[in-house]
Amino acid sequence: MLIKEIRDALGAELLSGEDLLDVEVHTACGSDMMSDVLAFVKDQAVLITGLLNQQTIRTAAMMDMVCVVFVRGKVPGTDIIEAARENGIAVLSTDHRMFTACGLLYQAGLDGGCL
Amino acid sequence: MGCCIRRGWTGVVCNMSENGLHYRFIVPGDDFARAGTASGAVKKTLKQLGIAPETVRKFSISLYEGEINMVIHAGGGEIDVYIDDEQVSAVLVDHGPGIPDVGLAMQEGWSTASEQVRGLGFGAGMGLPNMKKYSDELEIDSVVGTGTTVTITVRLA
Repeated sequence: MLIKEIRDALGAELLSGEDLLDVEVHTACGSDMMSDVLAFVKDQAVLITGLLNQQTIRTAAMMDMVCVVFVRGKVPGTDIIEAARENGIAVLSTDHRMFTACGLLYQAGLDGGCL
Repeated sequence: MGCCIRRGWTGVVCNMSENGLHYRFIVPGDDFARAGTASGAVKKTLKQLGIAPETVRKFSISLYEGEINMVIHAGGGEIDVYIDDEQVSAVLVDHGPGIPDVGLAMQEGWSTASEQVRGLGFGAGMGLPNMKKYSDELEIDSVVGTGTTVTITVRLA
């Protein structure tokens, strides 16, 4: 699935990463607890979260993720967007809640990776 | 041998010797937004050195969890990172309250973090278990009232 397809499936706004729209991803992880995200290291390319701080981007960067989706219409500040840009991470914002956003992406073919 | 000194946001010092590379980071204890900056810098350096991506990721995650712990539990501290031909290791020293029961702290889900810290996305009781999971060796030496020293080692493949 391409990042631009994630954007479209969620009706999301792209806040950063125009050059990453054609990057392909295979798995995603949805959580507001960053230590839980860090516990599942394999192939998690997309982070879906309602947590809006610098550690969200830092966690995604540690995991080599390429896309962060903020749910519930949350829009990060410029410092967070800049950090994402520096780390080559696309940033999306969707009005959907976490459960719905995860469901829509799963339905569109993205899965949670190996257990 | 050659020696280079570089200063960054936390005062980074890099020493090069026949034994490999050494980086020192001072981690402030009062700035959660910047917690993890040292780990990010180390990850970038390891990538530049051409170390295998999986090894870089494992070490970086382990170090990041340790750095976060330093900030949220111990008021900051110092991190020394050593890189040689065989392994990457980090020694994290803090002067915080110490861990009364390390065995208990190693259990997944066990945490003394405040609600405020949980609201920031950490304190789920996965920090130390994650550090163990992603390192080849993890040593924890803690004295209540004095502080904690954590040593993380990941061997190069």
